[in-house]
Amino acid sequence: MIRPIAILVGLGFSIVVLLAFVTGAYTWATEETQPTAEHEFHIAPHAPEGGFAHDGPLGTWDVAQLQRGYQVYKEVCAACHSLKYVAFRDLAGLGYDEGQIKAEAASYQVPGIDPNTGEATFRPGLPTDYFPSPYPNAVAAAAANNNAIPPDLSLMTKARHHGPEYVYSLLTGYDAIPAELTQEFPDFETPTGLYFNQYFPNLNLAMAPPLTTDGQVTYAEGNPQPTIRQMSADVAAFLTWTAEPKMVERRQTGWPVLGFLIFATILAFFAKKQVWSSATPGRKDD
Amino acid sequence: MADTTGAATPDTVAVHGDDGVRRRDFINIAAVSAAGFGGVAVLYPLISQMAPSADVLAESSTEVDVSAIEPGQAIKAVFRKQPLFVRRLTDKEIAEANAVNVSSLRDPQTLAERTKEGHQDLLVTMGVCTHLGCVPLGAAEGENKGEFGGYFCPCHGSHYDTAARIRKGPAPTNLEVPEYEFTSDTVIQVG
Amino acid sequence: MSFPWAKEYTPANPVMKFLDEKLPLPRLVYNAVGAGYPVPRNLNYMWNFGVLAGFFLVLQIVTGVVLAMHYAADATVAFAKVEHIMRDVNWGWLMRYSHANGASFFFVVIYLHIFRGFYYSSYKAPREMVWLLGVVIFLLMMATAFMGYVLPWGQMSFWGAKVITGLFGAIPVVGEPLQVWLLGGFAPDDAALNRFFSLHFLLPFVIAGVVILHIWALHIPGSSNPTGVEVKSESDTVPFHPYYTAKDGFGLGVVLVLFAVMLFFLPNYLGHPDNYIEANPLSTPAHIVPEWYFWPFYAILRAFTMDFILPAKLWGVLAMFAAILIWFFLPWLDRSPVRSGHYRPLFRKFFWFGLIPVMAVLFYCGGAPAEEPYVMLSQLATAYYFLHFLVILPLVSSFEKPEPLPYSITEAVLGSDKKAVLGENTTPAT
Repeated sequence: MIRPIAILVGLGFSIVVLLAFVTGAYTWATEETQPTAEHEFHIAPHAPEGGFAHDGPLGTWDVAQLQRGYQVYKEVCAACHSLKYVAFRDLAGLGYDEGQIKAEAASYQVPGIDPNTGEATFRPGLPTDYFPSPYPNAVAAAAANNNAIPPDLSLMTKARHHGPEYVYSLLTGYDAIPAELTQEFPDFETPTGLYFNQYFPNLNLAMAPPLTTDGQVTYAEGNPQPTIRQMSADVAAFLTWTAEPKMVERRQTGWPVLGFLIFATILAFFAKKQVWSSATPGRKDD
Repeated sequence: MADTTGAATPDTVAVHGDDGVRRRDFINIAAVSAAGFGGVAVLYPLISQMAPSADVLAESSTEVDVSAIEPGQAIKAVFRKQPLFVRRLTDKEIAEANAVNVSSLRDPQTLAERTKEGHQDLLVTMGVCTHLGCVPLGAAEGENKGEFGGYFCPCHGSHYDTAARIRKGPAPTNLEVPEYEFTSDTVIQVG
Repeated sequence: MSFPWAKEYTPANPVMKFLDEKLPLPRLVYNAVGAGYPVPRNLNYMWNFGVLAGFFLVLQIVTGVVLAMHYAADATVAFAKVEHIMRDVNWGWLMRYSHANGASFFFVVIYLHIFRGFYYSSYKAPREMVWLLGVVIFLLMMATAFMGYVLPWGQMSFWGAKVITGLFGAIPVVGEPLQVWLLGGFAPDDAALNRFFSLHFLLPFVIAGVVILHIWALHIPGSSNPTGVEVKSESDTVPFHPYYTAKDGFGLGVVLVLFAVMLFFLPNYLGHPDNYIEANPLSTPAHIVPEWYFWPFYAILRAFTMDFILPAKLWGVLAMFAAILIWFFLPWLDRSPVRSGHYRPLFRKFFWFGLIPVMAVLFYCGGAPAEEPYVMLSQLATAYYFLHFLVILPLVSSFEKPEPLPYSITEAVLGSDKKAVLGENTTPAT
């Protein structure tokens, strides 16, 4: 009894889904899908020349680069973007000592309470404070930015495919609309208030080009020239660190663990062979 | 479904001499020890995850403005999520504290040892009874200050004197004086 | 239960003797996974995955309990709490990545365990109950994994919760009130997050309970084996310990090496970047997908694009649930007297050239965007999926001439030409 019912149910589901397939296939074959500009002219992100120091299973932080990237964040990005999951104390990971961190924190004004009146006010930051947001709330952020809220940057490089490369490509990717695009899509235009960038999924980005001139940020002596590419690579490296400060520690933990596991597995293999040698006096090879 | 165990031949089975047994024991002991080592190693992160996290350890120092405290008054501040008592002693209280025979105390300490030089009238202690961690009374106006005019812990009846030294009751030591320093004449930084 | 030649537990010292008399726990373990459980001697590496699944269940419970110590199920702080675990808690990143990747490995191992069952027809009598309990475990795992994925409160968490509870909205009449009841609101929020956390904590222990029943039910007929021929004599079996403990130990090592590679070097490979964006009820990610282990069923859900008597949405939901529920009936659908796919030429062809590629297509299409040609591919694959289990499997035995079975497991292992050797060494040395 159960088998006839099963066969009917099976045929039922199959027929319905095949009907859907036939209509779908007919539509697909007869109606040409319109190509879209964002489909054809979106470019996958790429790494800066030479890649990042933290790339690969053996990669480590380039601390000098992280410090430069922090400087770029602080002098450029921080005007609009928060970094709310990073605390000033975390800057120890960038090689700053306690005194420098205290001074760095104190250079920011964070929301606080007047100890005498209880009124909301601002006070200098402490190492335990997190980077303050440039806007008091989301509504203010939207109002100041043409309704496009600048996203928090703490996790940006983990929140995008190929995050560090994406940040680098986006920052260096502001360009004029290529002639081929205009030729293929004559109607394509970038709305007012948006900026053309082929690394952004829909090609039109609300963020104005943040890094516009070489030397926009002045690096300390001994650092590379602050070209747009260099600054973009530096801030991309910095944001990789903010997204996962424990990344290098994680890999460095991984190597000995992996080594031990491989060693233990080899031992387990020989132990298994040893145990089974007495039970298998020869067998047919299947 | 090839199986690696197929490699054994009748010849190897026949070898059951001392040497074979020892080698077998060795490899099995080694494999089991490796598993044991791995198991123990895993305990380390599992245990240490319960220790204070980085944000808790970084609880920064607390600054307290002591200028507004009148002699005989005390204020409560917060240090590491625990109460901190800051008390301005009156001359009478200082005299009482200094009159005690130190060697007779359970936890012998002079008032001078428990305060900063030049600020002997300012007593800074944790508001945590050294017995089992209750908050003693006596910091706020009108609270029971105990038999010795300092602090009194209502949980199990520990009496502290005007230098916050244990005088009566179950507490084993004086109220703890945390690390602190005067950053100016009127402000102390604790921790 | 078990075979007459199963070794009996003898307490080694007075303490164990005392324990054995008052609470025979060591005896239970000895008979379950010790020398007291005779197991067919010819199990191949596909039989490792049961023990491995048990390992990952324990790993998930241990790391999950640890994570719960640092997490808070409150929509305003849940996302930040996960970051707190990743950044500030000692070894928090290890715990969280172990839990996230452990879930993936648990499903890898379970899928291999299930497909082992399909190929060797492990569901057939006398092991129907083992199979039924296994399907229950799989359903519980899916519910647990779904609710666990909501807890980090990222964009995928939120929209996953919304879309999956939305499936219940497809049910006629009661659908909408049911969805609101499930969420405790009109969209996922504190109420949903809290109940998901509560149930996500509870269900693994329910799973552990059903796992015990699963193993109990297995020990009544004993383990199946690649030939599908039942155990006939003592020479067909070896004691579980040390033979299969050693083999499982090696298998565990191999899987742990792979696990460590993912955990330490590619911890986010199986996740989705959008889940590192905090939940935003006002903006749906461009391309929402569930976790990879749901992809085949998600592909089946999306394959039904046409209203036909019932609305397309309802067809999709029915088909998705049916895709798993039909597994409950397998023991009675497959009538072939031969168990192992090894000796069933026609069944074997449908398995390797039908079911396996179709599952691969469903996996692939479930993770792809809902565009052509992925929708058409998943429609063809879905049709085959239902035909395979509900039409081909019941009918194939009528058209199939099974290959000759070995007389016994021993014969299959040693080959008839080596019986002389066997004569000298029937009982395995321990």
